[in-house]
Amino acid sequence: MKFKTLILASAVSMLTTTAWAECAFDNNTSVKSLSAGFEAWKAVTDAMGECGNFSASLDQEFREKQPEAFAANPSLYQIGGVANATMIPLLNAGTIRPLDDLVAKFGQDLTPNQLIKVNGEIMAIAMMVNAQHLMYRQDILDDLGLAVPTTYAEVLEAAEKIQAAGVVDYPLGGTFKTGWNLGEEFVNMYLGEGGTFVGEGNMPTINNAAGVKSLETLKAMTAYMDPEYLVSDSTYVQQQFQQGKIAIANLWASRAAAMDDAAESQVVGKVKMASAPIGSAAPATSLWWDGIVFAANMTDQEAEAAFKVAMEGLDSEMVAANNDAAVWLVPGYKAGPLAQGAAASAENGALPYPASGPMGIMHTVLGNGLADYLTGAKDATTTLADIEAAYVTAAKEAGLVQ
Amino acid sequence: MNFKTFAAFVGPSIFMMLLFIAFPLISVFSQSFYLTQPIYEIIEVETCTPGFITQTCVTEEQSIPKLDEHGDIIKVTKFVGLQSYRNVLELERAWDAITSGSWRAFQSIDFWKALRFTLTFTLITLPLNIGLGLAIALVINNASKAVRGPVIFISLLPFIITPVIGALSINWLFRGDGVLTAAMEWYTGRDIAMFAQAWTIELLMMVYRVWHVAPFAAIVLYAGLQTVNQDSLESALIDGATRWQRLRYVVIPHLMPLIVFISMIHLMDAYRVFEEIVGFSSQGHVISLQWLTYDFLVPDQAGNRSISRASASAMLTMIGIIVLLIAPLRRTWRDHKGGH
Repeated sequence: MKFKTLILASAVSMLTTTAWAECAFDNNTSVKSLSAGFEAWKAVTDAMGECGNFSASLDQEFREKQPEAFAANPSLYQIGGVANATMIPLLNAGTIRPLDDLVAKFGQDLTPNQLIKVNGEIMAIAMMVNAQHLMYRQDILDDLGLAVPTTYAEVLEAAEKIQAAGVVDYPLGGTFKTGWNLGEEFVNMYLGEGGTFVGEGNMPTINNAAGVKSLETLKAMTAYMDPEYLVSDSTYVQQQFQQGKIAIANLWASRAAAMDDAAESQVVGKVKMASAPIGSAAPATSLWWDGIVFAANMTDQEAEAAFKVAMEGLDSEMVAANNDAAVWLVPGYKAGPLAQGAAASAENGALPYPASGPMGIMHTVLGNGLADYLTGAKDATTTLADIEAAYVTAAKEAGLVQ
Repeated sequence: MNFKTFAAFVGPSIFMMLLFIAFPLISVFSQSFYLTQPIYEIIEVETCTPGFITQTCVTEEQSIPKLDEHGDIIKVTKFVGLQSYRNVLELERAWDAITSGSWRAFQSIDFWKALRFTLTFTLITLPLNIGLGLAIALVINNASKAVRGPVIFISLLPFIITPVIGALSINWLFRGDGVLTAAMEWYTGRDIAMFAQAWTIELLMMVYRVWHVAPFAAIVLYAGLQTVNQDSLESALIDGATRWQRLRYVVIPHLMPLIVFISMIHLMDAYRVFEEIVGFSSQGHVISLQWLTYDFLVPDQAGNRSISRASASAMLTMIGIIVLLIAPLRRTWRDHKGGH
């Protein structure tokens, strides 16, 4: 008897204390999701979980598992979390379903901006955008009488003055870790210079003046960075900020909230956000989106249940509870000061990341090949020529270049 | 033992070896000569992605793989001979670099860069491993009975730690202003960055590897020390041999078969150096052959992976290990023949 009351009491208290933790319907079809494991995904999948019969795999290695898992029939997961680039293999293999009918039926709360369309068909629902943009220490710039830099020339100028003043260990931070991070830095710079990565017949087109300029800017920045820049990833740069070791960095919007996390950060309230520095053509950044896709290999009934569960995860109540976890696209999001950098970059004309099959190869060879230029082992044109050669070898093996 | 009993005992293990070692090896070997590709067609695609307020739509030509009637990607496999090996070795570029006498250009080719590091790593850690292992074994052997147990336990600890975890801990101790880097900076009064240049990373990797594997050598050699003929040692002592001479002329010759055994194990292990590259995230400065194979095998974000080059690179790694093992194997074979 006593036990029953206890359960009843706790159930009631759960209902009252977490009023938003309610699902509009009772889900009785088993739904599984596989996505990346960062904060925003945790928030979304937790909200989906309220409908019951739902289990989420938050896995940083998701992109290696997703293509195989979705190719199985029936698919091992009903819901997949993807970004611009990681949707490509699923799209190519035809393992995700068009969502037009489901959106018409259950997607009344979605905004047109959230609907990812390929050839007019809705293939994914975006939930957030992410981009690298300028973060800077307002107090340091104020003390030295510096304006917020808007181009990389100004960033370097400010770095010189901050270095001379000696107020931080290193004026600049950067996600220059060899591999994906370093590749992304070049992608940002090169997009800012108005470059394109692949052209006719998927042949590479990076060995040009814009490519050399991008490399030179990257190298000029390293002079003001921690000499161990080739091992510093987003988390490391975030910590450098939090520990007051750096003053300026082009860092992911999803890391902004950590600057004001009093438990970790010694610079609460001092780090401000601005647009990514502008190159000759556009801001030196690329816009990413994260969102959900639905497996093609499941019954329509399962798809309906999965879609309804997913809509529960992407509702305004979830955003209200996790407003600062990401730059949400979901209605109800209040763009605070932390989202300012991403918003300003987009306003200045930041381009979306040019995700495609060939771009996947390009990003990898860039990430592997750029270090040789930064360490001084090769000059700029040799580096770019070698990267193009590596790209052609890999693209030929993949069948993308004849 | 009659043949039937023998077969019943050996059969399962031969079956396992075929299933888990021989067949995968044959499969990798054959894959290195073939190329499997999807068939792409160029299609104009309109993609709409979210901006901050409104969407951006782009129409461009994209290569999309063709699907068959079951909705699977159509793939063709063709024989390409040694093409994948040529792609890994890049012999032409390597030859150009050698003839122009540029070591730098030579070392900018992934395979040769990886081979250079893998060989230095293997050959430098080998004598250090044996030397330190022997030293630890002698310390254990000379320790009094009361403390011998704890000494063995402590000297075995590094060997118990999972290699990636061990490498990561060393990484954290030295990264940025890590505890040990800070200590070195305090001692020398200079700003030190251990991960800013290749040679310090290589040094850390070698120190870590020797620290990690020396206990294995030590425990094997310690076992060997128990069987040293005490009479020979005593007679050497009477003949006035110093401690060093006894070690050099009595103990080490006795341990030689074990030293060859440890060397072979070490050559095989060290040539496959991989954990250190990942643990120290040294790819920007230093790569190894095994890491190269791994890098070919990991799919990029668009799902492309270079299976053929990975297979070729794996076969080349195996060939490298076999070449390194020829010398110690010949020695063992000679000793074996001499013994009968």
